[in-house]
Amino acid sequence: MADFSTLKNPQWESRLYVARASFTLLVVLLLLGILLWRYHDLQINRHQDFATLADNNRIHVRALPPARGLIYDRNGVLLADNRPGFTLSIVVERAKNIEQLLSDVGELLTFKETELARFEKLVKRRRPYESVPLRFNLSESEQALIAVNEHRLSGVEVSAQLIREYPLAHELAHVVGYTGRINERELKRFDPKRYKGSHMTGKTGLEKFYENQLLGEVGYEHVETNARGRVMRVLERIDPVPGADLHLFLDSRLQKVAIEALGEERGAVVAIDTVTGGVLVLASMPSFDPNPFVTGISTKAYKALTGSPAQPLFDRALRGQYPPGSTVKPVFGLAALDSGTVSMGYRIYDPGFYQLAGEKRKYRDWKRSGHGSKISLYDAIVQSCDVYFYDVGFRTGIDVLHDYGARFGYGDKTGIDLPAEARGIMPSRDWKQGARGRVWYPGDTVNVSIGQGFMLATPLQMAVAVSRLATRGEVREPKMVSAVGQQLTPVVSDPAIINIPTRYWDLVLDAMSGVVRDLRGTARRAIGKIDYTMAGKTGTAQVVGIKQDEKYDASKLAKLQLDHALFIAFAPVENPRIAVAVIVENGEHGSSTAAPVARDVINAYFKYYPQADETAQREALQSKAVLSPLESNNESG
Amino acid sequence: MSQGDFERSLKEHGSSVYGEHKRWFALRVDLPLLLLLLVLMAIGISVLYSASGQELSYVKRQSVFMGIGLFVMIAVAQFDTRFMQRWAFVIYIGGVGLLIAVIFIGVGAKGAQRWLDLGFFRFQPSEVLKVGVPLMLSSYLGQRVLPPRFKHILVALLLIGTPAILVGIQPDLGTALLIFAAGFFVLFLAGLGKAYLLGTLFVAFSVAPVFWFYLLRDYQKTRILTLLDPQSDKLGAGWNIIQSTTAIGAGGSSGKGWMQGTQSQLDFLPESHTDFIIAVLSEEFGFTGVLCLLLVYVLIIFRGMMISINAQSMFSRLLAGSITLTFFVYIFVNMGMVSGILPVVGVPLPMVSYGGTSIVTLMLGFGMLMAVSREKKRMGEQL
Repeated sequence: MADFSTLKNPQWESRLYVARASFTLLVVLLLLGILLWRYHDLQINRHQDFATLADNNRIHVRALPPARGLIYDRNGVLLADNRPGFTLSIVVERAKNIEQLLSDVGELLTFKETELARFEKLVKRRRPYESVPLRFNLSESEQALIAVNEHRLSGVEVSAQLIREYPLAHELAHVVGYTGRINERELKRFDPKRYKGSHMTGKTGLEKFYENQLLGEVGYEHVETNARGRVMRVLERIDPVPGADLHLFLDSRLQKVAIEALGEERGAVVAIDTVTGGVLVLASMPSFDPNPFVTGISTKAYKALTGSPAQPLFDRALRGQYPPGSTVKPVFGLAALDSGTVSMGYRIYDPGFYQLAGEKRKYRDWKRSGHGSKISLYDAIVQSCDVYFYDVGFRTGIDVLHDYGARFGYGDKTGIDLPAEARGIMPSRDWKQGARGRVWYPGDTVNVSIGQGFMLATPLQMAVAVSRLATRGEVREPKMVSAVGQQLTPVVSDPAIINIPTRYWDLVLDAMSGVVRDLRGTARRAIGKIDYTMAGKTGTAQVVGIKQDEKYDASKLAKLQLDHALFIAFAPVENPRIAVAVIVENGEHGSSTAAPVARDVINAYFKYYPQADETAQREALQSKAVLSPLESNNESG
Repeated sequence: MSQGDFERSLKEHGSSVYGEHKRWFALRVDLPLLLLLLVLMAIGISVLYSASGQELSYVKRQSVFMGIGLFVMIAVAQFDTRFMQRWAFVIYIGGVGLLIAVIFIGVGAKGAQRWLDLGFFRFQPSEVLKVGVPLMLSSYLGQRVLPPRFKHILVALLLIGTPAILVGIQPDLGTALLIFAAGFFVLFLAGLGKAYLLGTLFVAFSVAPVFWFYLLRDYQKTRILTLLDPQSDKLGAGWNIIQSTTAIGAGGSSGKGWMQGTQSQLDFLPESHTDFIIAVLSEEFGFTGVLCLLLVYVLIIFRGMMISINAQSMFSRLLAGSITLTFFVYIFVNMGMVSGILPVVGVPLPMVSYGGTSIVTLMLGFGMLMAVSREKKRMGEQL
C-alpha cells in the first residue's frame, strides 16, 4: 500500500461529508424558513389586502344607462324615439399598445381627425378601465369587420346603446329639440352619478327642458371579468329605471298643416288650445333636421346651418321678436275703454295722418288717403285705422297702455315649458330710462299705440294675447306637455288678472269678428268662406323705417326689407277653442300672407276636432288637469 | 479503479445475498422515495387540472410524462453506481458537445436558441448537463483525496463553468443557474475549503457589475429591476409578479377551494400552468396547501440526504447530495420568484409545473438517487 497521506481515507472523508451535508441541510431549512415567512406574510398577514386586490381585478361595476323617455304628440304619434345603435369604444388599459391598436382599428374603419381628437381628449379624463367611445353609430358592415378581427383587437369593445331619433325631423326640430354628447361645461355641472354610462343630454327644446324627467335612473351591474375584460358572469344587478315619457298637447297633423301653409316663407305659427292653454302648433320655418346633432354633426353641415341667411336654427316662435303692429289694437282698444279714456261711442276724423299738438311730424295712416270721418273703435279695428289709435293711444298714455299690454302677456315670458324663451318688450317710461337712458317722449306713445316703435313681441306672446282676448281675459299659462309619464300637468289658470266689463269685450271681439266678416274687414278676402265663426286681427310690422313724406314702395325694397305680415285669430267666436298667431317674415300684409295660414290651421283643427267636448273640458278644468287623448285611449282600450 | 471502489467490489463478491438482486422481479427501488414522489405527482396533477382551466389534455400529457419519468427512474435505478461513474465522462463530454452544436444548428424561440430539432421531437441538451455536471464532478472529485486541492478545484470550476456559460449565453439563465448549483454543491459537499468559499463569494460580487453591464440582456435586467419595484411597470414586466403575489395573498390560510381561484381561473395569472403554478396552489389551497406541499418536498430532501449520507462511496455520496440539493434549488428559486423575493428566471416547480422535459430530467436524477440507495442496502445486508 502506498503513503496514506496521499491516499483516500474513507472514514475521514465520510465524516467530512456528513458535516458538510448537515451544514447544507441547515442552510436548506433556513432558506425554506424564508420561503415560509414570505408565504405566511402574503397569505396570513396581508391576506385582506390581496383578497381585495384580487376582487378588484375581477369585479367591475358597470353602469346601465336608462332608456330615455319618449315624446308623443297628443294623439300618440312618436316625436322622439330610441333606436339601437352600436358604439366602438376602447379600454386603454387592456390594449397592449394603444397606438398600434388605433392604427389597426383605423385600417378597418377610417377615422376622422375630429373623432381621434375627441377620443384623445376623453382618454385623458377617463377613469381606469373605463371604456372610451371612439366611433358612434357603427354600420352593420363595420360591426362585422370588428367582430371578425376581434381576436387581435384586445381592448376594443362594441357596445349597443339606444340612440335618439326624431321621426318627424324638420317638423318639430325647434319644439322637441335634440340630445347631444355631454360637453365639458355640462360635465362640470351634472351629477356624475346620474350620468354614469350615458354620454347624452338634452341640448335644446323639450329634450333640454324636461331633461330630468326624460333621463331616468341609472342602473348598476357588478360583473366578473377575466383578465381580457370579457364578462364571465353578472354578480348583482340593479335595473335602470327608464325616463318618463312626455305627452304633448301638440298635434303633429296641425303642425304639418301650418308648415305646409307657410310654404317657402320664413315665419312662425303658434296655435293654443284656449281651454287648457295647451300648445297645439309651434312652428318655426325654415327648420332643420335634428338627427345629425345626436350622433355629432359634421363641421361643414353645421356651418351650412349657422351660415344660412334664413337662419334655420333660430326658433322664431319662441325667440323671434317682432313689432306686433296692428295686432295689438284690440288690446289697446280695451285699455282705452276700460281706463275710461274714451267712451264706446267715441269717433274721430282720419285725414290720413296724425299730428301731436305743436309738432310738425306727421304720423301716417297705412291708408294715405285716410279712413274718412266718424271712425269708431269698431271701424278702427275692422279697417285697422292707425290714426284712431294714434289719437286714442296718446290720450290713454303709455302708463295705461303698458299696464294693459302686460296683462295680456306682452313684455314678459309666457312661462311655457321650453327653454330660452324671449321676453319681448312692452315699453314704459321706466323701461326706456333703463334700457335707453332717455326720457319718454309723447311720440313714443304714438308709435306704441299701433304696436310699432319700441314694442316687440314673440309669436308665442301674440298667441297668448289672442288667447286671452278669446277667453275674455282668462289667463292660462301656455303648456307643451300635458303629461309626464302618468303625471298630468296641471293647468295654470288665473282669471282675476284681466277684469273688464262685458260690454267692452263685446265691442272689441265683435270688431275682431268684423275683421274677418265685415265688408270692409281687412282679412275678409284672405279668409274667404269658412263654415264656422272666426275673429282676428291683421298686422304689418315695419322692418325699415319709412322717412317722412316718403311712400312705402314694395317694389323698391329688397325682400328682406319688406314688412312682416302678422295675423292673430281665434275661433269659434261664441265659444272659442283655438287661438292662433302667425307671422310671415317680409310677407308684406297680414291680410294676404299670414291670414290664410291661420285659416288653414283652424280649418284643420275643426276637421280633426269637430265637436267641442265641453263636459270633458270643464271636468278637466275643474280638476286643474287635463288628460291627453293618448292616455284616455289607453284606459278605455 | 479507485481504492474505495476496489474495497467495495471485494465485499460485494463475497455477498451471498447479491444473487437475489438478479431476480427479474426484484426491481431496485427506494420505496419511501417512490411513495413521496407519487404523492407529489398526485398533488401536481390535481393542481394542474385546475390551473389549465380544467383542460384534460394537459393532465393527460402530464400523466404520460410522469409515466415516462417513472419508467426512466426505475430503469436508471437498476444501474450499478460504478457503471455510472465510468460513463460520467462520456455523458458530460457528449452533453457539452451537444451544447456547442446548439450554437451552430440549434433552433430557438423568443430570441433564445436552446433546442436541437430531432425531427420527431425537440431536444434540449442543457437538460443533459443538469445530470451530467453533478455526475462528472462527483466522479472526478470522488476519486481525489478530499478536501480537494487547488488544482482539483480549478479543474472542477472549469467542468462547471464551461456548460454553465454555454447555457447562460443561449440565454437560459434558469438552467445555467441549476447547472452551476449542481456542480457547486458537489464541490461544497466534497469539502471545499472556507478560504476558497469566501474567495468564490468575493469573485462573485466583483464580477456582478460585469454581468450587469455586459452579459445580461435588457429583459433580464428588467426582471431584476421589476423584483425591486413591481409597481414601476404594472401592466408590463411587473404584471406577472403583481398578479402572482395577489393570487398567493388572496388564498389566505385555507384557500378559495379547488378550481375556485379567481386569479387563475379568470386568466389574471400568467403562466399559471407552468412556472407560476405555485400561485394557483397558494390561491386555491391557501397557506395550509403551501405547508403540505413543502412538507412533501422536505421529506423528499431529507430522504435524499439520508441516502447520500449512507452511501457507500464518495462518488455516490456527492452525486446523491448534489441531486437532492439541486432539487431544493428548483423549489426555492421557483417559489421565491413567484412570491416576489427572487427575480423571474425560468425554473419550474418540480413535478407540479407542466412540462415533460423537467419531469424526465428530475426523475432521471431520482433514479440515480435510488441506485445509490440500493447500494447502501447491499452494504447493510452484508453487515
